[in-house]
Amino acid sequence: MIHAAEGGTAILFPIWQEILVGAIAFGLLCFVLMKFVFPMMEKTFEARVDAIEGGIERAERAQEEANRTLEEYRRKLATAQEEAAAIRDEARKDAVAAKEEILVSAREEANRVIAAGHAQIEASRQQLVRELRSEVGNLAVDLAGKIIGQRLAGDADTTATVDQFLSQIADDTAETSGAR
Amino acid sequence: MTDSATVLAEGDSHFPPGLHNFDFRDWFTGLSDTALAHMFTTITFAVWASVAVLIVFFLWAYRKPQIVPTKKQWIAESAYGFIRNTVAIDQMGKKEGVRFAPYLATLFLFILVMNFWAIVPGIQISPNSHIAFPLMLGVLSWAIYMFVGFKKHGFIGFLKMTCVPPGAPWFIYPLLIPIEFLQNIILRPVTLALRLFANMFAGHLILLVFILGGFEMLNASNIFVQGLSVFSFAMGIAMTFFELIVILLQAYVFTLLTGMYIQGSLADEH
Repeated sequence: MIHAAEGGTAILFPIWQEILVGAIAFGLLCFVLMKFVFPMMEKTFEARVDAIEGGIERAERAQEEANRTLEEYRRKLATAQEEAAAIRDEARKDAVAAKEEILVSAREEANRVIAAGHAQIEASRQQLVRELRSEVGNLAVDLAGKIIGQRLAGDADTTATVDQFLSQIADDTAETSGAR
Repeated sequence: MTDSATVLAEGDSHFPPGLHNFDFRDWFTGLSDTALAHMFTTITFAVWASVAVLIVFFLWAYRKPQIVPTKKQWIAESAYGFIRNTVAIDQMGKKEGVRFAPYLATLFLFILVMNFWAIVPGIQISPNSHIAFPLMLGVLSWAIYMFVGFKKHGFIGFLKMTCVPPGAPWFIYPLLIPIEFLQNIILRPVTLALRLFANMFAGHLILLVFILGGFEMLNASNIFVQGLSVFSFAMGIAMTFFELIVILLQAYVFTLLTGMYIQGSLADEH
């Protein structure tokens, strides 16, 4: 009974020793957790966020760089192709020009050789004709002299006669070669 | 009858449970009449043990924090992150939330472990069923939200903000201001403390009723009553699980309300 009468409100009045113990204990807990544990956790959280965001950022940067490099390579490739095409065109043009030049010079050379040959042949013929003519004249005179005697030797009329005779022969030859 | 009644009143028999069940004898009887009385009891042992468990666990779990947490680190982070995210940051926003999260988390863990003694076999009483501890915490919450309010809005500014509700017609002020003052400045720490205290007190009492009742029935001379004691014990076990819910809920509610009061002090003027 005494208990109940006294305790009815007693439970609502704190025991000051318990407040003291509670305050010290809780203070100690606050000190340790709020100073050594939870700030570390915040740091870890931040580091974690950093790690994730940093990773994403790094990946984005790498992607961007890869894209840039790819673009650059494409551009370089295009330039190289253009250059190659230009070089090819140039080479083709050069080759054509060279061919033309060679052809022209070859043709000229050929013409020149042909012309020289012609000239030489003509000269040889002339010479031959001249030599033949005097030879044949002499032969004919010799022959005639032998036939009709030594008298006729060196006479102008004789020479004219021979010439006439030869022309006749030449005409005959021309006729025959023309007919052939 | 007279004999047994006397014995009962002296507390040798345990049923029915009463306030005497909340008196814990000093471990060192020589201290009982000194200022150190009540300092070394099962209750204060539970308080120190709570603090020791928390400090040892958190220092051990967070000795070498890593970006990718180990299991124990993850448990420690979850305990802090739960209060940090659902109470502090949810109510106060990122900046202020992170500022007050360590205190709120410490408060939550302290109350939680203190409450937990209510169902630890062999102890089965929470220090929070003594008004001293909830009151200490309630007054501390009060001091914090008052201090934060005064610092942010100034003495007059905070009192005005707290006691004068906006939008009320002027002639109702004489009625409203005392009520608001009483409610927001006097009663908040009291209700905080009483809610926690009463829950843990009642929880202990309920467990006592069923468990001591079970023993009482077992000791009865009637075999039928003895048989019924099984139900009493079963109810005691069921109530222990119920008590577990109360333990979690009350720790959370205390922390949540403290967070709300601090947020109210931080809020911009209406």
